Amino acid sequence: MVIKIIPNFITRIFFNLFRKKRKVKLGFYGPPNSGKTTLANRICKDWTGDEMGKASRVPHETREIQEKEEVVIKHKNKELKFKLVDTPGIATKIDYEDFLKFGLSTREAKKRAREATKGVIESIKWLDDMDSVIVVLDSSKNPYSQVNITIVGNLVARKIPVLIVANKTDLRGSNIKKVEAAFPEYDVVGISAKKGKNIEEFYESLFNLVKKSK
Amino acid sequence: MKVSLQFIPYAEIAYLSSYQRVKKLISTVSHDKILLIQGRLRPEEETDLIQDAMKKIRKSRRFKGVELATFLPKNKNLGFFKGVREKIASAIFGDRDIFTVVGPATIVKEIKKDPTKLELFLK
Repeated sequence: MVIKIIPNFITRIFFNLFRKKRKVKLGFYGPPNSGKTTLANRICKDWTGDEMGKASRVPHETREIQEKEEVVIKHKNKELKFKLVDTPGIATKIDYEDFLKFGLSTREAKKRAREATKGVIESIKWLDDMDSVIVVLDSSKNPYSQVNITIVGNLVARKIPVLIVANKTDLRGSNIKKVEAAFPEYDVVGISAKKGKNIEEFYESLFNLVKKSK
Repeated sequence: MKVSLQFIPYAEIAYLSSYQRVKKLISTVSHDKILLIQGRLRPEEETDLIQDAMKKIRKSRRFKGVELATFLPKNKNLGFFKGVREKIASAIFGDRDIFTVVGPATIVKEIKKDPTKLELFLK
């Protein structure tokens, strides 16, 4: 009996030591223009002083995976180390003509569309690599879109813990209740990444999310 | 403008592998057909469909991707025994009460849904 208890105790102590020091790979997923990069930038700026990438009103600004290592976040006497992974927005269609409306030349628009298709494929490939995922949605838009359902469905199928961020609460059409109604089984936190609104509650939810990861 | 709507019964895709199922859907949609599929794709098949759509956009000048929606009719109040029977039937024969619509983005601009109806907005 004692022979069994001692090794178990030692294993548990060592496991917990390494567990506390491990790095959480945190992915930012969502449709284009939902504010993934703005939120990733906000977190990076809060804890490292740098930004991660460029945010823009033109969809598919992030067309390559952006990573930020060693981001240490402190919240209520607790500390966690993250690797942040900002991903290109997932879409089911990409038409270069949509970018022309934002003043891009035909050549630039075609290039952007081509890079965006590659970005979507990369985002999906990276799903398997994540420890936890933040799904960033624009709370002023319809949350029932198939892309949102597909992303959340895939994370559930892969047993990856999910936190849903209803972003852009500073916009007049924002409706957090609608996002909560669309995803009743998940934690939903309403924020404005751009204005820094409700960020403390976001960090609270983030720490709760990490508790659920493997 | 003529729009072609093709119905795919569950039996037609039930025995295909995920790979074959996604290929069949992308190939049919790229011929400007809107598909009404009995049943639904698995989450992994939906992402495979998106990835294949992206690859096709890169290869084709005309193809712009897909519009996709899964329609789950509001649950009827079946009572306990009928409910259990329905669940067993779904487990064996698939979710045949659910419908999936896949259309080419060159024709379908948007799909809106609520528990009782699906609306397709065409270009």
